[in-house]
Amino acid sequence: MTDLRSDFVGIKSPNPFWLASAPPTDKEYNVRRAFQAGWGGVVWKTLGSEGPPVVNVNGPRYGVIHGPDRRVLGLNNIELITDRPLEVNLREIKSVKRDYPDRALIISLMVPCDEDSWRDILKRIEDTGADGVELNFGCPHGMSERGMGSAVGQVPEYIEMVTRWVKQYSRMPCIVKLTPNITDVRKPAEAAKRGGADAVSLINTINSITSVDLDLFAPQPTIDGKGAHGGYCGPAVKPIALNMVAEIARHPETRGLPISGIGGITTWRDAAEFMALGAGNVQVCTAAMTYGFKIVQEMISGLRDYLDTHDMALSDLIGRAVPNVTDWNQLNLNYVTKAVIDQDACIKCGRCYAACEDTSHQAIAMRPGRVFEVIEEECVACNLCVDVCPVEDCITMRELAPDETDLRTGIPRGGYANWTTHPNNPMSKAAE
Amino acid sequence: MSQTRLSPGIVSGRLTPDELAANFTDVAPPLAPHEARVAADRCYFCHDAPCITACPTGIDIPLFIRQIATGTPDAAAMTIFHANILGGMCARVCPTENLCEGACVRMDAEAEPVRIGALQRYATDGLMAQQGHPFRRADPTGKRIAVVGAGPAGLSCAHRLAAKGHDVTIFDARGKPGGLNEYGIASYKTVDGFAQAEVEWLMGIGGITIETRKALGRDLTLESLQNDFDAVFLGIGLGAVNALRAEGEGFRNVQDAVDFIGDLRQCGDLLSLPIGRDVVVIGGGMTAVDAAVQARLLGAENVTMVYRRTRDQMGASQHEQDHAASKGVRIITGAAPVAVIGDDDHAEAVEFAYTAVVEGQVHLTENRFRLKADQVFKAIGQRLEKPLDALKLTGSGKIAVTGPGRTSIERVWAGGDCAAGGDDLTVTAVAEGRDAAEDIDARLMGRPVEIPG
Repeated sequence: MTDLRSDFVGIKSPNPFWLASAPPTDKEYNVRRAFQAGWGGVVWKTLGSEGPPVVNVNGPRYGVIHGPDRRVLGLNNIELITDRPLEVNLREIKSVKRDYPDRALIISLMVPCDEDSWRDILKRIEDTGADGVELNFGCPHGMSERGMGSAVGQVPEYIEMVTRWVKQYSRMPCIVKLTPNITDVRKPAEAAKRGGADAVSLINTINSITSVDLDLFAPQPTIDGKGAHGGYCGPAVKPIALNMVAEIARHPETRGLPISGIGGITTWRDAAEFMALGAGNVQVCTAAMTYGFKIVQEMISGLRDYLDTHDMALSDLIGRAVPNVTDWNQLNLNYVTKAVIDQDACIKCGRCYAACEDTSHQAIAMRPGRVFEVIEEECVACNLCVDVCPVEDCITMRELAPDETDLRTGIPRGGYANWTTHPNNPMSKAAE
Repeated sequence: MSQTRLSPGIVSGRLTPDELAANFTDVAPPLAPHEARVAADRCYFCHDAPCITACPTGIDIPLFIRQIATGTPDAAAMTIFHANILGGMCARVCPTENLCEGACVRMDAEAEPVRIGALQRYATDGLMAQQGHPFRRADPTGKRIAVVGAGPAGLSCAHRLAAKGHDVTIFDARGKPGGLNEYGIASYKTVDGFAQAEVEWLMGIGGITIETRKALGRDLTLESLQNDFDAVFLGIGLGAVNALRAEGEGFRNVQDAVDFIGDLRQCGDLLSLPIGRDVVVIGGGMTAVDAAVQARLLGAENVTMVYRRTRDQMGASQHEQDHAASKGVRIITGAAPVAVIGDDDHAEAVEFAYTAVVEGQVHLTENRFRLKADQVFKAIGQRLEKPLDALKLTGSGKIAVTGPGRTSIERVWAGGDCAAGGDDLTVTAVAEGRDAAEDIDARLMGRPVEIPG
């Protein structure tokens, strides 16, 4: 059975599944239950400076996007960092870590952007026994208005500066948590690296308004008739997070910088995808907030099963897909596929037809008896039919054999050739 | 167990009031909003959806389900009512497994269709529970139309005509409007007086008057209607029950199943409704099932349905057959009655012969059996009560029609069970009444015909 033990920048945990800094990790009670359920590590909900703690709204903190059957697809929150006294959190962290020495316990931090504040907080957490710190440069609501969270994460120079302070005043591994609310995630990642960060974690939540109450004409969640943007997370943000993880993993300046993957991870498969794109471990929040801590058991068994069947070690998985992430201009334009509909599996709903006929390339014919057939002469292999078909594997894409003629273009399939050499590309001519 | 429960003969009060109340509750209780949303989410919004094609009234089912899913059930109800003004009743009585739900692509996917009937009821119940009527009449045309029969065909026709600004008078032979909706359908399918409530709601459009206890051939003549009105629509149903053509048919306790169903529906207190201990129902259609199941629910100990052909040829849908079986009705197929055995004027048993179907024809074999019976219900099909001399009939004895219900007589239309074609279903009658109304309107107003749905 594959060993799932994880070593992330020297922080050991029995598996690579950590709970992200968020409401589930706000206090001892929750974290103990999480460890009992099997979570490999926890990033304790963000601590702030000593003094009166922040206050939260007393109305709803979350907004939601539902899929069919009220499945939670996206969650948005306007909760701030911990609103409990610093000393209470520190005492609890110490107590939990003492009882769970094999689990990773990271402390998330967010204090004002000055050297003293960071030095002080690092001093305060020194004797908790925690395994590392995560710098919260990501939260996009509330704290950012006070010059913290994403207000720092959006300025690479600040990231570098604060990271440098943290490395100067602490020997703990330092993970810098990045905000996705920027144009190019590689810049803050570079800054973290320059500042001496041991790793980056991403993504934090995305600026968002989940919905508008059409009776109150106010964003949701609505607090006394008003709403503020919140941070969006959950399955809906996974594609955005995957891309950002991959960008950092393959960028020459940041390649090799350890990444803790975050963003909509709900199942073992999501986790494996993040790891294949370069994440050394993963952090989870919305899935636990939706289903409870027990989901980690599926994640553990699923990842183990996958690695077993593929005869891979956990380390073999990490970064394995990175070499296959490329730029569009490197894609093989001579690779040709055609949609194929499995008539036995087809339930005759006609969604492929509606999608192709109304919005794509008119490459599916509807024959008598609701028989749907691909017209290869028209099919550009866009895959939309595959995507809208409700039956898994009913429509597949067939790769043309070498030299097989593409009935749409009348041209036999050739070898690898991309846009950089394509005759329609003016730049390719200029290069001649 | 009370003595009455096992008393021989046809007696009332076999069950306690509580048992009766439990037995005759809504067979398919309405969906709660959450259930409706879950059920609606399963619809694939198919292209040119097979469920629409399978619906005789052509309701845009994917559209109304999407309207439910997006939180606008009243809009969903309007989608339904535009095609089928009796969408509420159809949601309750349609054999959906043979129609929309049978055609649902989810049947191929996982043999579990989208719950179209239940969703239709959810939408229509919601809108009908609100004040007022959702359709507005067009400006008055001054045209007057007689509709004979206040069943599904007549009501559907009348509503569509009234909507177009015509004035409609409905004549019905019975004391209450509704036709088979009121007199011919099992009580547990349409509880709480729904049939009458639906008629009242439908009448809310205005421009329709109903005259009850006015039967064609008794109180009215077709000729007088033709003289007094601009057009006539006949939706008179099939008033007579086919004969068994078996010895002993005249015994007092050999009854028409439709009468039993009608009596039950009109009975204020089921405790007072007598039922046999050993009941035999002859026939294999919906009426047979409705009679057999209700006999059981009233406390009959042994109820047997006997049908002369094979099970797959039964008019009752599989769902109906399963429902009957679940209520303890025994179903025997491939047997036909040859004689009702009895004393004086009183049947005591029915003798059946097993049948052999050769090239579609039913032949009796020498293999016989007897079923004890203190009550026998005939449910072997209905026919026109009194042929109308002037009207051309088909070989099967129904009113011959062409196109949208045009009879052989100018300005006389027909639809529903009395007219040729269709499946003798409520929903078919609704479609025929509606389409005839469109044709009548087009003819009277000189407009091109538009058949909706």
